[in-house]
Parts: sequence; C-alpha cells; structure tokens
Amino acid sequence: MRVVVDFDRCQSNAVCMDVAPEIFEVRDDNFLYILDEKPSEALRPKVEEAVRRCPTQAISIAED
Amino acid sequence: MASAAPPGRVVVVGASLAGLSALETLRQEGFEGELIAVGAETTLPYDRPPLSKQVLQGHWEPDKIVLREPGQYDALGVTWHLGRRATGLDVSARTVTLDDGEPLAYDGLVIATGATPRRMPGTSELAGIHVLRTLDECLALRQELESASRVCVVGAGFIGAEVAASARVRGLDVTVLEALPSPLARAFPAEMGAACAALHLDQGVDLRCGVTVAGFEGEGRVSGVRLGDGSVVEADVVVVGIGVVPETGWLESSGLPLENGVVCDSTCATAAPGVVAAGDIARWPNNLFGETMRVEHWSNAVEQGTAAAKRLLAGPGDAVDFTPVPYFWSDQYDAKIQFLGRCCPTDEVRIVDGSIEERRFVALFGRDGRLFGALAFNRPRLLMAYRKLLAAKTSFEDAVAHAQGS
Ligand SMILES: Cc1cc2nc3c(=O)[nH]c(=O)nc-3n(C[C@H](O)[C@H](O)[C@H](O)COP(=O)(O)OP(=O)(O)OC[C@H]3O[C@@H](n4cnc5c(N)ncnc54)[C@H](O)[C@@H]3O)c2cc1C
Ligand code: SF4
Repeated sequence: MRVVVDFDRCQSNAVCMDVAPEIFEVRDDNFLYILDEKPSEALRPKVEEAVRRCPTQAISIAED
Repeated sequence: MASAAPPGRVVVVGASLAGLSALETLRQEGFEGELIAVGAETTLPYDRPPLSKQVLQGHWEPDKIVLREPGQYDALGVTWHLGRRATGLDVSARTVTLDDGEPLAYDGLVIATGATPRRMPGTSELAGIHVLRTLDECLALRQELESASRVCVVGAGFIGAEVAASARVRGLDVTVLEALPSPLARAFPAEMGAACAALHLDQGVDLRCGVTVAGFEGEGRVSGVRLGDGSVVEADVVVVGIGVVPETGWLESSGLPLENGVVCDSTCATAAPGVVAAGDIARWPNNLFGETMRVEHWSNAVEQGTAAAKRLLAGPGDAVDFTPVPYFWSDQYDAKIQFLGRCCPTDEVRIVDGSIEERRFVALFGRDGRLFGALAFNRPRLLMAYRKLLAAKTSFEDAVAHAQGS
C-alpha cells in the first residue's frame, strides 16, 4: 500500500493528521508532509479513514 | 430499533454526502443485501463545498467535484433512483413513496435528505436572484457573474461570506447585507465576527451590518435591493444566503417526530423501527456536549452517515452513542478558517496563538469552566490538537495551559 496525496487538491487542513498522525503531518509552514509513504498493513484502516474524512478527496491508496 | 439480523434491503433517501457515507459503511461492515438510493438531483453524489469556492471562482469545472470515481460507485452495488423524490413514508408498512406514486419497501431506512436554502419573499418573480446549494444553482450563478459588475449578497454567514469572497476574487464590486450587528453574531462572540468582517473589509467589500432588507427593485430582472431605511443597493446579481432549513417536508405525514430536523436518539435512531437519520437533516443529543444539535457541516455528514449505517446493523444492546466533536472549515480569500466543537456568543474567549490583527490566530471558547470550542484562522496544525482535548472534556484552564506549553 502506498499513500498518495494530490497536492493540487490538499488544503492543509490537517484532518488526516488527526486521524493518522503516524503518516500525515501538517507543519508550521502549512504544508502537508507524508511521514510514511508505505505504511504497514496494520495502518490500513486508519489510512482508509483518512481517505474518507479528507474534505478535499486528496488522499488515495495505490496498491504497488 | 434495528434488529440483530442484518436487514435484507436498505433504502437511503438523499443521494449526497451523508447518504453516500452510509452506503459505503454498510458495504464495509459486510452488508450483502440490496441497497437502493433515492436522490432528487439527477447526478451521483458530488461535493458541495467547492460550489461557493473553486467552481464559483471559475478555477474548477464540475468534473472536479465528483466524490468518487465511476468504478468506486460501481463497486458499491447500489441501485440509484436519481431525479426521483421521496414524497411519503409509512413507518408501520415500512415503505417509502416515490414521486411516481410507487411504494418502495425497506427493512432498513436511512434518511439523508439534507437541507435546502431559506428563501426570501418576493425573490421568485425576479430573474437574477440566486440561492446556492446545488451544482445547477452554482453554474447558473457563475454564468451571471461572468457578465455582472455589481453583486449584492444578503446574509454574512459562511455561505454568504464565501460567495462574497469568490465574487471579489472575480473582480466584481460586492456589497454584503447582514441583519445582525456583526457577522456570525448568533453563533460566536463579537470579536470573532469582527475578525471575519475584517477579511472582507481588507478586500474592499462593502459590508453593512444591522440593516434590514425591505424588498427588491427591478422589472423582470433585479436591479437592486431596497433596505429598511428606503435606500437602494444597486446590483445586477443578488445572492441570498440566509441559512438553510432541513428537508423534512416528505416526512410530515409519517408521524415521525420532527423538530427543526428529524428527531433521533443519541445513537442516530429515529422513533420508528429500522429508521435512522444522518447529515444536515438529523437532530440528536450529542452526549459529549450535553446538547441536542443539528450540524450542517461536511465532516458531520460523513461521520454521521457512518454512525447511522452501523446503527442499522447493530443488534439490541450494541448501539453506540454518536458523540463527535463537530468540525468545519471555510475558505475566504487566502484565509483558512477552521472550527472545532461548539460555541455561543456568551462563551469566554481566549486568543492563545497569534492575533486577530495578523489574521492568524487560535481562539479557545470556554463555558462552565470547560473547553467547548476552538476557532483558527490560518493555523490548521495548531487547531487540530484541540480535538482530543475537546473529546476529553478538558477544563478551560488546562486547555489554555496546553496552548501556552506548545
Ligand atoms: C455552497 C456550499 C458550500 C459549503 N461549504 C462547506 C464548507 O466549506 N465546510 C463545511 O464543513 N461544510 C460546507 N458545506 C456544507 C456541506 O456541504 C453539507 O453539510 C453537506 O452537503 C450535508 O450533506 P447531506 O448529505 O446531509 O445533505 P445534502 O448535501 O443537502 O444532500 C441531501 C440530498 O437529498 C436530496 N433530497 C432532498 N429531499 C429529497 C427527497 N424528498 N427525496 C429524494 N432526495 C431528496 C437533495 O436533492 C440532496 O441531493 C457547504 C454547503 C454548500 C451548499
Ligand atoms: S485531510 Fe486532505 S486536505 Fe486535509 S491536510 Fe490531509 S490531505 Fe490535505
């Protein structure tokens, strides 16, 4: 599983960071950083929740 | 109450954000029965927030606001009845009536018909007066903005403010009329309304608070808005953003308790067996805040759609309370406004980061010694930290101390 963020859509509102702080971090510069692009399978439910809760549909999961 | 055996057919009325969230959750939770979605609009669920922002500004075309790719919709295995309206509900026969008179039987029902803009008298006779809720309304408004020069927005709530910002970004002259003494005065302490007002004043919007609208000028097409003092604000296009009302009309004869929304218990279940509600239409007691609320925000539609779907599948005794920390955002010009929790005008306010002058701050709201809400301008990372504190019912003092320590 690879976490993909469409940075053209992302509004840096940090909703994903609230769901999965292990993977997503919005820093003081107001940009989103992906801390772990290939998280372990154990984190899949959290990533899926972040996908659903992201208000701009910016996050997706690629299987490669 | 929903039975332990998974229902055979679930009908979702309202094919938008809350309905979609319920449909997806039902499948994720392993529901293999029949799913039917009924939606008054002719489109598959799409995203509304960009309607007052990117789409209205002309930066995005409608293809950008699809909520899911076609393949994802296919995978859900839903029968969509689009462009169809539910007109009645019989809770004892367990049927929904559609606008062609056909009754549709259900084992489980999700009510997700959302809300619709409140209208002003005298606005239907004149062209050029708009409300904004649907994609069609957005495109109609956008087309008129292309040739307009003066726009008047009635109502300085979030939708009105975003429309004003988008019209300004398009280079139009914008007047905003607000009945209250400052924007958002019913929901927030006055200094927060002032902070929102400042964003628009910075950009040259003519914001007039404490004014009443007496009527509209024009023959066939609007030419201005007449105020209570008799003066007229000239405008080629008027947008009315004075709030929304829950879409409960089709439920009026059902006997289901309605009270500014569909009345639910703390688990999103209505008084009728097998019937749950979610999104802008649902009113429920949120035990985290000890308050019965109806929340008109995007994240709530997603979260409550999920909670209501799970409620439908839960066995007796398995139902869980829906106790979210409400969240919303609003984008106006370059400002990213975000709010968590609850707020009322009399809450104690503490600015814990930045300042209103910088248009960058975090404000905390306290009530009865407890942290109730947090509002941020351009401070997303800092704001989100307060969700956990709000969920943990942190005292106001501890929340302020947390802010000073971070
Ligand atoms: C322009 C705009 C901008 C917004 N911006 C933000 C924002 O920045 N941040 C934020 O948090 N929230 C925002 N929101 C609010 C957010 O979009 C709503 O909270 C959300 O759409 C609610 O979802 P819902 O599914 O409950 O209701 P809705 O999206 O209203 O969907 C209800 C659906 O049910 C259909 N329907 C109604 N009656 C019937 C019937 N009798 N039979 C069948 N179908 C019916 C309607 O046609 C509609 O498609 C915005 C809303 C608008 C309109
Ligand atoms: S939730 Fe979505 S929009 Fe918000 S920071 Fe994460 S990816 Fe960006």
